[in-house]
Amino acid sequence: MTSAAPAVGVPLPPTPGRVARLGRGLRYYAPAVITFVAVIVVWELATSSAPEPRILPPPSAIVAALIENWGAGRWPLFDSARATLYEAVGGLVLGTAVGVLVAFAISRWASARDSVLPFAIAANAIPIIAIAPIFNAWFGVTNPFSKMMIVALLVFFPIMINVTRGLTQVESSALELMRSYAASDWEVLRKVRLPNALPYFLTALKVATTLSLIGAIVGEYFGGSTTVIGRVVVQSASALRFDVTWAAILLAAVTGIAFYLVVVALERALIPWHASVRGDAPA
Amino acid sequence: MPRSPERGSLARIGIFVGFFVFLLLVWEGLKFIGGDPWRTDTWTWEPPLEIWFASDLLLPHVWDIFGALANPVQRGADESLAQFLLGAALYTWREAAIGFVVGAIIGIALAAVFVHSRLLERAFVPYVIASQTIPIVALAPMIVFAFGQDVISVVIIATYLTFFPVTIAMIRGLRSPDPRALELMRSYAASRWSVLWKLRMPASLPYLFTALKISATASIVGAIVGEGPGGIPDGLGRAIINFNSQYISGPEKLWAAIVACAILGIAFFSLIRVAEIVALRGRGMRTEAA
Amino acid sequence: MADPNIDPVGRPAAEPASVVRIRGVDKRFDAGGQRVTTALSGIDLEIWRGEFVSLIGPSGCGKSTLLRLIGDLTAPTEGSVEVNGKPAHAARLGREYGMVFQAPVLFDWRTVEDNVRLPLELLGLDRSERDRRIAAMLELVELSDFARHHPYQLSGGMQQRVAIARALALQPAILLMDEPFGALDEMTRERMNSEVLRIWQQTGTTIVFVTHSIPEAVFLSTRVVVMSARPGRITRVVDVPLGNPRNDLTREDPRYFQLVTEVREALRAGGGFDTDAPMASADRLNAEGGIG
Repeated sequence: MTSAAPAVGVPLPPTPGRVARLGRGLRYYAPAVITFVAVIVVWELATSSAPEPRILPPPSAIVAALIENWGAGRWPLFDSARATLYEAVGGLVLGTAVGVLVAFAISRWASARDSVLPFAIAANAIPIIAIAPIFNAWFGVTNPFSKMMIVALLVFFPIMINVTRGLTQVESSALELMRSYAASDWEVLRKVRLPNALPYFLTALKVATTLSLIGAIVGEYFGGSTTVIGRVVVQSASALRFDVTWAAILLAAVTGIAFYLVVVALERALIPWHASVRGDAPA
Repeated sequence: MPRSPERGSLARIGIFVGFFVFLLLVWEGLKFIGGDPWRTDTWTWEPPLEIWFASDLLLPHVWDIFGALANPVQRGADESLAQFLLGAALYTWREAAIGFVVGAIIGIALAAVFVHSRLLERAFVPYVIASQTIPIVALAPMIVFAFGQDVISVVIIATYLTFFPVTIAMIRGLRSPDPRALELMRSYAASRWSVLWKLRMPASLPYLFTALKISATASIVGAIVGEGPGGIPDGLGRAIINFNSQYISGPEKLWAAIVACAILGIAFFSLIRVAEIVALRGRGMRTEAA
Repeated sequence: MADPNIDPVGRPAAEPASVVRIRGVDKRFDAGGQRVTTALSGIDLEIWRGEFVSLIGPSGCGKSTLLRLIGDLTAPTEGSVEVNGKPAHAARLGREYGMVFQAPVLFDWRTVEDNVRLPLELLGLDRSERDRRIAAMLELVELSDFARHHPYQLSGGMQQRVAIARALALQPAILLMDEPFGALDEMTRERMNSEVLRIWQQTGTTIVFVTHSIPEAVFLSTRVVVMSARPGRITRVVDVPLGNPRNDLTREDPRYFQLVTEVREALRAGGGFDTDAPMASADRLNAEGGIG
């Protein structure tokens, strides 16, 4: 009865070679890329000849507006993006930190959970963006901190709710296993709850990054210094320079996607074993 | 740590209310310690410290906010602030609700298409996801320019914010049935349409409601934010902008408007939650809020 | 015969030491409201060092509950449970037993070797001792090549072997196994039976094994404890004097078949084949001490 490897129990087949994987990846993304190219082409052709002012300028005009002022050495739109990103990241860090701390606190005591969690779920239903004017009044309209506070508030709830879930929704059989080892609560936290919570946290972080950028821009809508993206949008739209508006939007969107992809990369690095990262789970 | 046992609903409501009262106490407590002086007809209280955001301008007394509700919305106006806000809230809610319904329908339809065609899914889903990174408020001025300063613009914005969570959740939900259940339908030679209606749709309801709860809030946010550039005078969005500009003369009004927004959001959310409980009764699944 | 590297904790081998002593144990569950389920009634059982004892019986006979009582995962309503001469509770705190459940309960986020490492971390052993034991355990279950794999990359049988390696890493005096191969197919199950026997012979650990399968119980054990339900009690203890080491030839030994028949008849006599209306499943679950 030696360990001759039987058919049963052989692990997954070896991952395909590099070239094969590259080919498969290309084929997977091809429809999306084709759609993109097709849309751009049709868009350009359809709108090039439209009269001014054009709500939907052709892509060429948008790109032109994007790199406007290149020659002068300034890139005002990119400065705007950076200012907005600063607000978004600042608020993200703040809101995430507080959210995680609160999650730790309330996951410890069931009674705290019972009182705070329904509140958090209800608070999530409140249009938080309505608080923007208040924060502007508190911290000053041009102060980026007022937007950071909005972002922090927006981001706090999904983070806190998800981390709490991750810390408490542990398989009871795993808890029983730890009990059979006479493990202390602290050991259970470190060895079971924390690793279990990591995927939940990263999921919430994906939502949070998107929210942070949108929150910063919408907050700016209610008032902000003139350089930020939100104000650029409002001002260029009222000046009917929609190509600038679209350029600003494009920039915001690209930033948002890049932000999101950072978290995806983080996921791949931190939880490669998780079903969602492995690609086994459905969309 | 053992999960807490199911507490009676009454106890839960009690704890919820208790926490709310706690927050109010903190609010007034901060003002007591470091706000502006409290003056009544008979006595005056001078707070010992100075907490910069606890002043009456930045953090009005809770009772002042509720008191302002009874006062006329403007000097010489007929209706009280409360009536005004109620009207504005209902107006905004109507816009949001239309956007919500349209967005939900679009989301379900898109998901149904994607589930049946992997090709279309791969072609379009990345853009569905990317669409949400575009801050809708940035598109608002252009939508208004295209469709005019009319409710339709706001509805479009609300729809835009609604359809995404619904699409993503429905894709997952329509794909959720056990493969063996799908095989069963195949053994009955059921058409794709039957499979969709008899198996996939019912199976996706829990996922749908999770998304609808998010969309409820999102549609209201969309409506509020869209009313500004949309030039809609009657909704909560305009009320917030107006009261914001009048902040120095009457901070309570802005706070009251925010409270109205909060109540609207919670009310819509609760409506969906009730619908969820009714629709999912008897399934024996935990219908815990997402 | 026992590997000097992997000696069980135990008393000197002079006299047959009693590893588990259960006296007068009753276990009742409050199923909510008026109903009280009696899972076990009047259990007396003694298990000696080095034995392989199987608990077998129909659903609801309390065999899982009995196992969990030994492991101090639940407490008796009446009576006492002693492990290694001390109360079960102290034995658990002293980490003197290893347990293998029906599901492997491996941590997704840990590699195979990190999963085996878990109890050793909790025990506070220094690194070199930890690594030594992990290597020894993985070699024992013949999974040394898979040390860096993640659980999702292993089959069900392999995952259970990791669970066994983990349970043995503490070098416990006693190993408790609750239908560990129930989820596996028949052929894998037979292979795992041989594996368990090999491990038993190499380590000399006392094993208490809960199972539904009569052939498995007879093949593995030195004694088979037959239980019956409603209330859960021990109806018979069948000695299994088949020689060691056991292998495929044992399965064809006529004495093996006789013993299987003997156990089957003991089960039937105790009302073992669910001829009456079965208990409501919630009660049964409760009586079994919960899921798994």
